Amino acid sequence: MNIVLLNGVLFLASILLIIGLRKLSHPDSARNGNTLGAIALALGVLVALVYPLETQNNNYIFIVLGILAGSVIGLLAAKRVPMTAMPEMVSLFNGFGGLSAALISLVWLVNNNSEGSGSDLGIVLLNLFLGLVAFIGSMVAYGKLSGFLKDHHLKIPFSTVVNIVLLVIAIGLLFFLSYNGFLSTPQLALFSVLALVYGIVFVAPIGGADMPVVISTLNSLTGITAAVSGIITDNKLMLLGGVLVGSSGIILTLLMCEAMNRTFVNVIFGSFSSSKGTG
Amino acid sequence: MSGILDFFEQHIEIIYLLTFTIFLGFEVISKIPTVLHTPLMSASNAISGVVLIGAILVIRVTDPTDYFALIMATLGIILGTINLVGGFAVTGRMLEMFNKKKRKTR
Repeated sequence: MNIVLLNGVLFLASILLIIGLRKLSHPDSARNGNTLGAIALALGVLVALVYPLETQNNNYIFIVLGILAGSVIGLLAAKRVPMTAMPEMVSLFNGFGGLSAALISLVWLVNNNSEGSGSDLGIVLLNLFLGLVAFIGSMVAYGKLSGFLKDHHLKIPFSTVVNIVLLVIAIGLLFFLSYNGFLSTPQLALFSVLALVYGIVFVAPIGGADMPVVISTLNSLTGITAAVSGIITDNKLMLLGGVLVGSSGIILTLLMCEAMNRTFVNVIFGSFSSSKGTG
Repeated sequence: MSGILDFFEQHIEIIYLLTFTIFLGFEVISKIPTVLHTPLMSASNAISGVVLIGAILVIRVTDPTDYFALIMATLGIILGTINLVGGFAVTGRMLEMFNKKKRKTR
C-alpha cells in the first residue's frame, strides 16, 4: 500500500488525538473528545496492520485473535464494573498497558537475539523497566483499592531509602547492561525482577486518600512507556500519544494534589507522616 | 559518553517532537475543572493503549516458527487491546453518567 498515504493517515490520527484530548477537558464536549480519541487510535491500529515493514511475516492470525480476545474481555469488563469500582478498573487496565509495553521490549530482544547498539538496547531496557514498574505498581494499587491487599501487608521499613537505592541500582544496571550491546537471559531476568521489586516498593507505602494520585502517576508512567515503545518501533502516533498522556498525566497528578492540599513530594515520600497520622 | 551523543545526533527529530509534545500536553490539560479529573485520567489511560500498535508492529516482524516470541507478542496484543477498548468504554460510561446528572439538574 502507498506509504505516503499511510503516513498521511497517521498524521491525521495524531491531530484527531490532540483535538480529542482538548475536547475532553471541557464538560460539554467531553463525550465527543472520547469518541475522537477512540477513532484516532483505531486509525493508528489500521495503519499498523498494513504498514510495509522490512521483514514481513505478518502473523495476521495471531493479531486478529489477540484483538478479538482483548476487545471481548475489555468490553465485558467495562460494562460489568460497578460505578463505584471505576478507579480500580482504570488501574487494572493501566497495568495491562504497562505489561503490554514490557512484552514489546521482550519480543524485540528475542527478535534481535538480544543484540543491538548500546543506545538501542538502552532504550529497550528502559521500556522494559518502565513497563514492568507500571504493571506491578498498578496491580498493587488495584489490590489495595479492591481491598484484598491491606496496608499492613505491605509495610516496608525505610521505604523512602529503599526506594531511592533501588532506583539508583536500576539506572546503573541499565547503563552497564546496555553498554555491551548484548544481553544474556540471566541478566534480563535479573533486570526484570529488579523492576518488579522497585514497582512494589514504589507503591506499597502509599495508601488511603492518596490512591487516585498514585493511579494518575502510574497512568502517566504507562504513557511515557508507550512513548518509548514508539521510539523502539518507530511509530510517531505512539510517541505522540504516549508523551501526551505522560505530560498531561503529570499535570493531572499535580492538580489532584492541589485539590487535596498536598504536594506531590508529600504524597510520594510522605508515607511516614501519613501513616503516623492514621495510626 | 559518545554513545549518548550519537543517540542525540540520530534522534534529533524525535527529541524536538518529544519536547513540543510535552508542552502541548501541559497546555491541553492545565485548565481542566475538578469534576473531569477522573474521566480524563480514564481517557488518558485508554490512550496509553496505543502500545497495541507497537505490539502489532513487533509481531509482524516475528519469525513464525519462534513460538515463545509469538505467544509473548500475542499476549501483548491482548493486554494492549483490553487497555485500549476497555479504557474508552469505561470513559464513555463515566461521561454518560455525567451528562445524565447534568440534565437532571437542569
